[in-house]
Amino acid sequence: MKLIILNDYDQVGEWAAKYIRNKILRFNPGPARFFILGLPTGGTPLGCYKKLIEFYRNGEISFKYVKTFNMDEYVGIPRNHPESYHSFMWNNFFKHIDIQSENTHILDGNAANLIEECDSFEQKIKAAGGIDLFVGGIGPDGHIAFNEPGSSLMSRTRVKTLAQDTILANARFFDGDMSKVPTMALTVGVATVMDAREVMILITGAHKAFALYKAIEDGVNHMWTVSAFQQHPQTVFVCDEDATLELRVKTVKYFKGMMHVHNKLVEPLPPK
Amino acid sequence: MPSNKSVSDAPITQFVNCRILREHKLQREDLWVREGKILDPEKLFFDEKGSADQRVDCEGLIIAPGFIDVQINGGYGIDFSQATDDVRGGIALVAKKILEHGVTSFLPTLVTSPPDIYHKVLPEVKVHSGGMEGAGVLGFHLEGPFISLEKKGAHPEQHLRSFLSDGMSDLIETYGTLDNVAMVTLAPELPNSQSVVRELTQRGITVSLGHSVANLSQAEDAVRYGASFITHLFNAMLPFHHRDPGIVGLLTSDQVPQGRTVFYGMIADGIHTNPAALRIAHRAHPTGLVLVTDAIAAMGLPPGRHTLGQQVIEIQGLHAYVAGTKTLCGSIATMDMCVRHFKQASGCRVEEALEAASLHPAQLLGISHAKGILDYGGDADLVLLDDALNVRATYIAGQEVWRKLHHHNC
Repeated sequence: MKLIILNDYDQVGEWAAKYIRNKILRFNPGPARFFILGLPTGGTPLGCYKKLIEFYRNGEISFKYVKTFNMDEYVGIPRNHPESYHSFMWNNFFKHIDIQSENTHILDGNAANLIEECDSFEQKIKAAGGIDLFVGGIGPDGHIAFNEPGSSLMSRTRVKTLAQDTILANARFFDGDMSKVPTMALTVGVATVMDAREVMILITGAHKAFALYKAIEDGVNHMWTVSAFQQHPQTVFVCDEDATLELRVKTVKYFKGMMHVHNKLVEPLPPK
Repeated sequence: MPSNKSVSDAPITQFVNCRILREHKLQREDLWVREGKILDPEKLFFDEKGSADQRVDCEGLIIAPGFIDVQINGGYGIDFSQATDDVRGGIALVAKKILEHGVTSFLPTLVTSPPDIYHKVLPEVKVHSGGMEGAGVLGFHLEGPFISLEKKGAHPEQHLRSFLSDGMSDLIETYGTLDNVAMVTLAPELPNSQSVVRELTQRGITVSLGHSVANLSQAEDAVRYGASFITHLFNAMLPFHHRDPGIVGLLTSDQVPQGRTVFYGMIADGIHTNPAALRIAHRAHPTGLVLVTDAIAAMGLPPGRHTLGQQVIEIQGLHAYVAGTKTLCGSIATMDMCVRHFKQASGCRVEEALEAASLHPAQLLGISHAKGILDYGGDADLVLLDDALNVRATYIAGQEVWRKLHHHNC
């Protein structure tokens, strides 16, 4: 794993966006070979999306030959509900860039047959050739996507009932009223994300610090599903100082010492 | 890039780099239009997998709903209350010119006239949508003749009428037809007016109180029967009195039925209403304020003397005088001038100034699902303005119908 430790939320968003930009540019996508990106929602990646939009507006990057697969979507709220993940992606990313709608994929929480919808999503990922880079966040309970504590580390895209912690964390988006938060969601499985060729996890804030500790300094455990990525050959964790608060000083010093090497990954690429 | 539009083949226009008036705020959002209506881009993206065919760069301009003028008597030498040989042509000329002021819909207004004028003029013009030819006509505004003698203002005394025993038949006999009539101004203190107010309201015609000496109680009764507008507040009515506020008191009356709003027209040209009075009205009832021009035939004509009908008028700046006197003979301010003056005099937010000329008249006429707003599914009647609220371009049903020259933007 690479652990990238930056000062604050904004720096995390910027570093992550530059990393994604460089990955896409190096890949050099075209009409016959798309770059396949897995994407998260929530507060953590917002800064990253803003930066990516900036790079698009500057002409540094195009999403014309990028396909996206989102991690999850609530079950049972209308697609145009302001808190649906479709709305999130439209308002915070898709409407600002040049991505084509047919290249975006978000699970449909109102599908007539939810299990078929999940299976079909897995098929679409396969048909696209698999995910080149899956970007994700981490819940305070250490979950990746909606793979709540106790989710199998071999799980695939499926319907999940949300944990109390998650409903609590999401209540702030539903007028602070827990009864308004959906109780089920469709989510990619842990193994679905593990299948990606590379994984990047963003973690910011002191409230995520314990989860980060459990994810990278403790064992692989289905109670902290992000820990599964200890067994992925290409993972980058990008975090701010506050998120490191529960880590060993030794761990933090080690990875901070490598920042000058890791920062090379986000330097602007030489023009073609 | 080609778009896959499963619902419609019609071209989609995306206005970018603009600030749109939505939910009472100016927001940095793109505006999408298809087939003359405002389109929901999120639905287009996810449901239809569609995208824009054409992008219009607004270079930072404001997009507001097109202005709606519910009281305009003519302009550019045309007087709507004259039964000329070419009534339709006269209305069309004014309709075309007011596009330059950001007006996309209007009510051609007739002042008190003899019945034969109404019988000749009204059948000539039907309610119709606007377009390249000019602003849309939402119907006539008939101001009079059922008004108060004492408050006739400039209306001809000999043609004033009152309701005889059956108010509605007098009304229909006078006007000839109520087809294509959107609004009637009357004085509610006239005997037998209640049944008229009720019946007109039931027919979907807006009843406005004006040119009247009604007290507050009479005005409140009329509102209960359906009246919903006040014609040019303060002018041609009893002045506000602290023990009987008269019609002006409707702004803060507690007798207005639940769920209903009393709107009031203001001529905000800086001349017909003292700015302090404008501020009092605005602060008392900001959501009811409707900007109107009440423009006369002299509007749009250059400074100097003009002969209009039987009158010789002298235009000096924003004042139109009876030639050789200092007697005002009507307003000649344009709607965009009124918007700018209202904002400056009241100190209101830009959004409020724009809504007073768009959302509020649309709500008054009961058409705010389609006009006066930039909501999805509404008509794409737009006015593009700079920060000083000068009109730069006007659109009707998504088509550009006027653009200010010498500017390289939309």
